[in-house]
Amino acid sequence: MKSLAELEQIRQRTLDQIKMRTNKDGIRIVVGMATCGIAAGARPVMNKLVEEIGKRKLGDVSVSMTGCIGVCKLEPIVEVINADGTKVTYVKMTPEKASRVIAEHIVNGRVCQDLTITAAEEAEK
Amino acid sequence: MREIALHILDIMQNSVAAGAGRIGVSVTAGNDTGMITAVIDDDGCGMDERTLQEVTDPFTTSRTTRKVGLGIPLLRSSCMRSGGNFSITSQKGHGTKVTASFGKDHIDRPVLGDLAGVVADMSASFPKIDIRLELISGEECFTYSSAEAARILGEVPLSEPAVIEWLKEYISEGIKHIFGGVLDEIAG
Repeated sequence: MKSLAELEQIRQRTLDQIKMRTNKDGIRIVVGMATCGIAAGARPVMNKLVEEIGKRKLGDVSVSMTGCIGVCKLEPIVEVINADGTKVTYVKMTPEKASRVIAEHIVNGRVCQDLTITAAEEAEK
Repeated sequence: MREIALHILDIMQNSVAAGAGRIGVSVTAGNDTGMITAVIDDDGCGMDERTLQEVTDPFTTSRTTRKVGLGIPLLRSSCMRSGGNFSITSQKGHGTKVTASFGKDHIDRPVLGDLAGVVADMSASFPKIDIRLELISGEECFTYSSAEAARILGEVPLSEPAVIEWLKEYISEGIKHIFGGVLDEIAG
């Protein structure tokens, strides 16, 4: 059985990495996790985001949950808040699309235009 | 919702909205009782008598974006159709307690699901809230507290990917240890 004391080793291991990170604000990723988001499959999307960020060791990127973003029919919704404060809203997300967002937007800085709320609204017209 | 864990996550979000500093999740299952009971209690702002009576109504919500709130009604109907029960108690200014039970071997019971992931991600997303988990079956018990984990981690945040991953494994082990052979979906 694992014991919480093992966290002490993780603390020591990650402390140096954290100190090496730049102090500038990183990218924040927020996943809508109210009833609508959860029911639409926001959990697997969030799992994928966390997994990809861990795998690629993206130190300055954080993922967290929030409540209802307000457009429930487009859930799961993922908001990417860039370091400069600009925001991109991705809608109808899946774990596969989440991997794409990490690779194209977060790592390479290219917004996945076809997955944004703007694209979804255009398609509805 | 296909998993009990997702219902728990949903109810925990209500606790967050209620400004809780502590959210306790307790899951008890036993072959003796034939039930799974999940209790989510918090020290948030609570509700008055009138609101409390209205919360199981899908057309009641505190959110402002829409006029419906389905979290509690969905959980309630899931409990009812699997031979369980649902209750909610609250005291204005002190907190709220939701108790949801399911017939353990009922065909309509949702699976426990990824409870470890839910608790680990909640810990990471809301580091200021003490997220506690208690798993009980017979004499066996597993407990976790995010505040305790945070204390050991010191300046390393709970949202660190290596920490989240470890917490998921740690809690999964606890679930397997306590509920293995008790719940059909978890091998003994």
